Amino acid sequence: MSKSLISIHDFSKEEILHILSVAREMEADKSQKLLDGKVVACLFFEPSTRTRLSFETAANRLGARVIGFSDVANTSISKGETLKDTIKMVSNYVDIIVMRHPLEGAARYASEVCDIPVVNAGDGANQHPSQTLLDLYTILETQGRLDNVSVNMVGDLKYGRTVHSLLQAMSHFSPRFCFTSPDELRMPVEYKEFLDMRGIPYTETASLQEHLCDCDILYMTRVQQERFSDPMEYEKVKDVYRLERAMLEGVRPNMKILHPLPRVGEIADDVDDTPYAYYYKQAENGMYVRMAIIACLLGYK
Amino acid sequence: MSEKNTQLKVSAIKDGTVLDHIPAQNIFQVIDILDLSHAKNPVTIGVNLESKSLGRKGIIKIADRFFADEELSRIALAAPEATVNIIRNYEVVSKKRIDLPAEVVGIAKCSNPMCVTNRQAVTTRFKTIKEGKKVKLLCHYCEKTTEEFIPLRH
Repeated sequence: MSKSLISIHDFSKEEILHILSVAREMEADKSQKLLDGKVVACLFFEPSTRTRLSFETAANRLGARVIGFSDVANTSISKGETLKDTIKMVSNYVDIIVMRHPLEGAARYASEVCDIPVVNAGDGANQHPSQTLLDLYTILETQGRLDNVSVNMVGDLKYGRTVHSLLQAMSHFSPRFCFTSPDELRMPVEYKEFLDMRGIPYTETASLQEHLCDCDILYMTRVQQERFSDPMEYEKVKDVYRLERAMLEGVRPNMKILHPLPRVGEIADDVDDTPYAYYYKQAENGMYVRMAIIACLLGYK
Repeated sequence: MSEKNTQLKVSAIKDGTVLDHIPAQNIFQVIDILDLSHAKNPVTIGVNLESKSLGRKGIIKIADRFFADEELSRIALAAPEATVNIIRNYEVVSKKRIDLPAEVVGIAKCSNPMCVTNRQAVTTRFKTIKEGKKVKLLCHYCEKTTEEFIPLRH
């Protein structure tokens, strides 16, 4: 079995840093025909425009060809084909599989039934490791370092998988955290225990204003309606935070605002023109990081 | 007095294995895990017997059968306190505890309804995490923790 990227836990600190340094090379030279003649499958069992386009562009920029589907409606999966059969069949055609699937653990399972590398582009509410790597890349790019960075995570810290994975990945680099969330969406105990065990300090607040001025990274997230079973719960918290330009007075000069996007109302448009807004560049970085992931897993770097 | 009785019951088979101190409510899980309903040798099952440590316990005596440690470790989730007595010629020749395996494969069910193991034909796999007397299961696939042992239906 070849090396796959399924969960951020699969990569050591050194492997993470290696991917980030390859991503930097990709950013410096955006079209490298490293994968000429290779075929990449992008299998999206659940729709995701942003992640799919980012991966497909990454593969194209490396000179690879891309096959796949973005919707299961017109595939044999809608006829009841098992995940195993789909993966086995496709893996005989291509060199690497990038997949998103609504079931948690689907990518891990796929990597076990085939002999080629699998990249997890999201398995339900579980993992989305390329997002975590692009977040790390962006933190490194904006701060010049990963060590001793102060990160303020804002929004849905209970269900948000991006903040959970980022928290775990950052634990390699002696960070400090602030968790800003409404009471209903606080960081789960298991993650706080994870930090306690490693001696990583954190504070919690319900006020967005409270820790705006003492963080290096303001990591905003959207409250995702689909995670709530109770619509009343969602209505209570959906508009709880809204970051506006006027609130940014007195923040650290190096402070950058990140957001995995799409945003709905949590960052006002007037923030976009401030020197602190970095979410568009963060999304762009996703492409370089995905180029690096594909190239590294195919043994080119 | 009751200890002597237990000893009598244990020595009632000539050669074989006696699994003792199984929680009474889990005895059928243990039978399932060891696939004893298909066994050809004599099997004696006792349920709701008095026990000092468990209150009500179960006991299983399997004549002429000896299990590998690995096979027995599969019942650790259903009967963490169980003792295994090896009987030869009516004598208990060895008495040991069940070891909790680091990983359990194909025994427990994941409690996460969105886990791939609950929707596709995937063999479950968990890392065991011991917290005091409790055992938690970390799913190899969905990475969620299952707090309570739910046996897979075969």
